[in-house]
Amino acid sequence: MQRRNLLKLASAAGGAALAGPALSACTASSASDGKLLLWTHSAGNDIELAVTDDVIEAFNSGQDTYSAERESFPQDAYNDTVNAAALSGDLPDLLTVDGPNVPNWAWATHLQPLQLASDITDKFLPTTLGYFQDELYAVGHWEAACSIFARESVLEGADIRIPTIDEPWTGDEFNEALERLQAAGDHKWALDLATADIGEWYPYAYSPFLQSFGGDLLDHSTYRSAEGALNGDAAVKWGKWFQGLFKNELSNPESPIGGEDFLQGKAAMSFNGNWGALQAMEAFDDVLFLPPPDFGAGPKIGGGSWQWAVTATADSEGANSWMETALSDEFVAQFADQTGLIPATDAAAELTEHYASDGDLRMMMEYSRNFAVLRPETPAYAVIASVFTQYAGDLIHGGDVAESLDAAVAEIDADISSNDGYGF
Amino acid sequence: MTTTNLKAGAPARRWVYLPMALLAVFFLFPIVFMVVASLKTDRQIFADMDSLKAFLPVGELSFANYAAVFDRVPFWRFLGNTLFVTFCVTALGLIVNSMAGYALARMRWKGRGIVFGFIIATLILPFDTTIVPMVYLVANLPWIGFEGIKPVLEIGWLNTYHVQIVPFVVNAFSIFLFAQYFKSLPKGLEEAAAMDGAGWLRTYWRIIVPLSKPVFATVTILTVVTSPATWNAYLWPLMTVQSEELRPVMVGVQYFFQLNISWGEVMAYISMITLPMVAVFIAFQRSFIQSIANAGMKD
Repeated sequence: MQRRNLLKLASAAGGAALAGPALSACTASSASDGKLLLWTHSAGNDIELAVTDDVIEAFNSGQDTYSAERESFPQDAYNDTVNAAALSGDLPDLLTVDGPNVPNWAWATHLQPLQLASDITDKFLPTTLGYFQDELYAVGHWEAACSIFARESVLEGADIRIPTIDEPWTGDEFNEALERLQAAGDHKWALDLATADIGEWYPYAYSPFLQSFGGDLLDHSTYRSAEGALNGDAAVKWGKWFQGLFKNELSNPESPIGGEDFLQGKAAMSFNGNWGALQAMEAFDDVLFLPPPDFGAGPKIGGGSWQWAVTATADSEGANSWMETALSDEFVAQFADQTGLIPATDAAAELTEHYASDGDLRMMMEYSRNFAVLRPETPAYAVIASVFTQYAGDLIHGGDVAESLDAAVAEIDADISSNDGYGF
Repeated sequence: MTTTNLKAGAPARRWVYLPMALLAVFFLFPIVFMVVASLKTDRQIFADMDSLKAFLPVGELSFANYAAVFDRVPFWRFLGNTLFVTFCVTALGLIVNSMAGYALARMRWKGRGIVFGFIIATLILPFDTTIVPMVYLVANLPWIGFEGIKPVLEIGWLNTYHVQIVPFVVNAFSIFLFAQYFKSLPKGLEEAAAMDGAGWLRTYWRIIVPLSKPVFATVTILTVVTSPATWNAYLWPLMTVQSEELRPVMVGVQYFFQLNISWGEVMAYISMITLPMVAVFIAFQRSFIQSIANAGMKD
């Protein structure tokens, strides 16, 4: 009798386990209960969370159909968490997504296209809009921009021309500037490239130099191969130049994250993002934020930062309504003021301290508008980024340029091929 | 004769201790750096990096980084979660795995060898390779929850304490250690207990457990230190726990990696979560070493 009861219990538990996916699927597709759950990557960043909470409060108090609440996750582990939640059918209604990941998550059907009026989205910087195959999936409050951090006194001391947005350094001028700074002997290194940052920094910061040489991470005409783009003549030229920075001891192959060599006075210049600008201004009273050099195909910097998106299982009306509230100029400006990042709209910029027409970081906005290039808008980007990081690391440590780039192309192409072109 | 041997051995031992001491100092460096850096500003940490000053409490020192940790992370909540989950996984694991080890080592039943082999074979699979199917599985498992006092069937274990505990109670390596240890105990003890009328459970509880303290100590320490669900739990809670209220301390480390990283705060936080474990290890190291050695020898 006891055994029969145990068997019944076991089969009931097994049946419930088997029914689980069906039941959870029912839950996911059921009508909305008016609650909107938001996930952000900002755990530990009280400043960003405070603005997000302000948006939520404004949304909740502005209508009574929906109620939004947020959960925050640590940034470095955020993508794994979202992918796990997608696997288990447990995605929230809205979430933040890093710009380059938008195509991948859209392709994987984690996201749904946004239903926002064009008069809301048209005013945003192009690189703050996350598109995949002509559909808009995400919009960001801010943008980030890299520039060359330098000190006026140091450049003048080495008799180096100070470049402008209209007349940036040419490649030759930049190389000569680095050699002069090295020869001056005041700094151990001429240029700090923060090579210890092996997150997504390598493709974000270094691939725009490749693009300025005329190369690319992927053939943008097909999105199906990196052949010719990442290992053609222009790319090899970039690779040799990039490797030369370390071989000729112009740059530290082990430089710490965040432009610390520059801040410590060990490097004469650094290539850093605008999130480090306020720190640099505190450290030096003559700091300059200079445009990137032009190696032939124009000055380039990386574009695309964190954005908000609506998940595939969300109540579309409620989630888009939240987006409309969040994307007001007031909140765009608030994010920029609190984080120091570039506001995504001109109107919001005028409301901020640093990015208004006469603001001390206004040039970052111009760099973003004029020089920013998006990382390839393809689901393959996750693999491209990882492969590029690996082989750029090989170049830093003396790997053969042509062989390394060929190997990178082979790995990227194999991934695209095994995923049947990722929809392209 | 014995005295002569001891005297002859002393200088030889000195030559062994010398490199061991140097190695010990070498392995202590990261911990010393961590604690010292936690007292410095970021500027100071990087300024000292090129010299031995990195390991010395010199310059402007303060506990400001420790204060900042509490502003950024709900430290006590995370610590409480880790202690609770670690306690549950370890305590339940000792009961379940020791019973399984006992059944495999001392009870005679058909297929025992095959089951034991199968359990050992699961050790070959790294946790990272099974984590994705496990997430899918636990997301669809049933659980009895309560609405007030009324029991209700819930689907999915995500975002709970039990998802951090139950999948890690059974541990193949713990079963292996228990089984190996139990095999070494004299059978006469069980036979005497059986003659006195004790059943399997009573024999296990009254005779076997009191004689097996070393292996219980070993399994306790190994579970706390190496299980993916206890003190070092990171990947699993990251993938299965979405609520901040339920997160463990290791996930908290990631809270410090923002666009501008405060390394002093990172060092303060990891000092706070490392030093308790170092203290526990020092307190239990004698039984740890002894029982590991015992478990390795007895077959």
